[in-house]
Amino acid sequence: MKSKTIKVDYLARVEGEGSLVVNIKGNKIKDLKFKIFEPPRFFEAFLIGRHYTEAPDITARICGICPIAYQMSSVHAMERIAGVKIEGPIRDLRRLIYCGEWIESHVLHIYLLHAPDFLGYEDALQIAKDHPDVVKKALELKKIGNDIVNLLGGREIHPINVRVGGFYSIPSKNEFLLLLERLKWARDAALETVRWAASLPFPDFDFDYEFVALRHPDEYPFNEGRLVSNKGLDIDISEYENNFFEEHIAHSNALHSVNKKGEPYFVGPLARFNLNFDKLSPLAQEISKEVGFLPPVTNPFKSIIARAVETVYACDEAIRIIDNMDWNTKPYIDFEMPGGIGYGCTEAPRGILYHRYKVGPDGLIQSAKIVPPTSQNQKQIERDLYEFVNKYINLPKNELQWKLEQAIRNYDPCISCATHFLKIEFIQE
Amino acid sequence: MAATKNKKPKLAVWKFASCDGCQLSLLDCEDELLQVAEIVEIANFPEASRAIQSGPYDISLVEGSITTPHDAERIHKIRRQSKVLITIGACATAGGIQALRNFKDVREFINIVYANPKFISTLQNSTPISYHVYVDYELRGCPINKYQLLEVLNAFINNRKPNIPNTSVCIECKRKGITCVMVAEGKVCLGPVTHAGCNALCPTYNRGCFGCYGPKEGSNTSSLSNQFEEMGLSNYDIVRTFRGFNAYSDAFRKESEAYEK
Repeated sequence: MKSKTIKVDYLARVEGEGSLVVNIKGNKIKDLKFKIFEPPRFFEAFLIGRHYTEAPDITARICGICPIAYQMSSVHAMERIAGVKIEGPIRDLRRLIYCGEWIESHVLHIYLLHAPDFLGYEDALQIAKDHPDVVKKALELKKIGNDIVNLLGGREIHPINVRVGGFYSIPSKNEFLLLLERLKWARDAALETVRWAASLPFPDFDFDYEFVALRHPDEYPFNEGRLVSNKGLDIDISEYENNFFEEHIAHSNALHSVNKKGEPYFVGPLARFNLNFDKLSPLAQEISKEVGFLPPVTNPFKSIIARAVETVYACDEAIRIIDNMDWNTKPYIDFEMPGGIGYGCTEAPRGILYHRYKVGPDGLIQSAKIVPPTSQNQKQIERDLYEFVNKYINLPKNELQWKLEQAIRNYDPCISCATHFLKIEFIQE
Repeated sequence: MAATKNKKPKLAVWKFASCDGCQLSLLDCEDELLQVAEIVEIANFPEASRAIQSGPYDISLVEGSITTPHDAERIHKIRRQSKVLITIGACATAGGIQALRNFKDVREFINIVYANPKFISTLQNSTPISYHVYVDYELRGCPINKYQLLEVLNAFINNRKPNIPNTSVCIECKRKGITCVMVAEGKVCLGPVTHAGCNALCPTYNRGCFGCYGPKEGSNTSSLSNQFEEMGLSNYDIVRTFRGFNAYSDAFRKESEAYEK
């Protein structure tokens, strides 16, 4: 019987180190593994004994692409322990810095990591040789996201200005106003990105997913909301660990996050879009309608359009926040830390990022649990790969391999974040 | 930036245990990225490209620390393929945040984090690249400063010494005219003993330096600890202050160990 093996030792254009092995015998998949061989880093262990105020600086180091998400989930968890609710301008500024991270991360993924798949290039630098203006524009758009994080966070990677209770300081109004004009340009560039992304060739591939995302009564979710799904889930984030579990998968010896029924679920831009379309800004809804991109979208390859729509939203929301900001605000609020257990769940660019901490009356962390989005999507990614191979088993090997890599990149996996759920296997040269 | 030879130098970017932030700094050079790509041949950079060319490489940028037996071997292969090897960031130059394991029994850490400890293959210590192979140049920071990265690349391509300051954060603070957050406001600050490079970022944002760039050469850490004691910090507070992203660098490690006893 004819057999073929697809082996990608080192997945490119994802953050971190992962690999893919598919064994096909005849017309059947014999084995399929999406593996991660990123070394363990033990954040949950060394957070024990650290002061609660250190959590945002330490957890930011889990990921260079989405440090704001780690900072936001941790500050919200700590504030929940202290019974503090952040309102008004500080809350808006937290949304603003999240806008910056979404713009930066989404544009990086859309143009530099994912677009080459659709256009048949190995990387964005090759695209730049044929279409320099497209890549230059993408870099300028990405830069505006980074500049928001830079201004409010101090630097784009591992920002230093986020603290439990608010910010260490707030830059001057004028500096934000300088961003405003550029953000208006960015919003137009993002609208164009949606039109461009919607015109890409998408493989015929749909699936009945359980999409999971935060949902807030008044706004598109960044930091707060209940956890909901299209299959009837609607819980407070403190119920997360009663509804999602880590499972031991025999074929890969890997721990995957699954729902109550033991099934995979889907987090990220497509999940947020499907569950929160009505909370997008009017402009973001309009452009979605214009290109015929409306929920429910069940083709994971179209997540690139959801990222583009969310980039429009993030530009729009950043403009709204800067326009309406009261700049004479104290950067943070003071409170007492009584100790206890707290939960934080925010929408990282790649999906929900869950944190739980137990803090003692002395302010020291006694235990920590962190579940990054890529860990949650991992089982879903593997199922997509399985279904895709089943459907397109007769594609030429090289084409199938590239499509499978692309199917993984649909989720923009951040493997550096995801390590602690997975068996560490070494097959890299 | 201009190459002195006609042939483009080949650049490779390698990753060990890390958050990917330092190599991301290259993609965050939005204004300069396309120019860099014109001057060097990006021959091996998996985070950015599927196209991987084989070695040898003129310049290897290495991110991350050595934490597994496999990686301890892999770094030697990379060294053999690289004319110049430059480490980027606190993980590669000091073992990174994951070096906090070095002060504990790593088996305890494995049991806390993993359901199936037997699957985990890891070393007791997280160590910098220079513990394993010869390193031509170390660029500090958690993360590195992207403009310093461009300066270092430029310098090596043009066969000159990089112009990177080796003073302390204090000097950067004074140059910016920032009031001392420790003297004036009683904030804990590692600025006097920390290597320059961030342009005094934290004091600019009204907080004390927490040592992202690691110890400056010849730093007087014990004098600073005396000051911390006078400010009312407990021994454990001082241990934690020196145990951040550069905990395993000699100066910070020794100072934290002195207060652990």
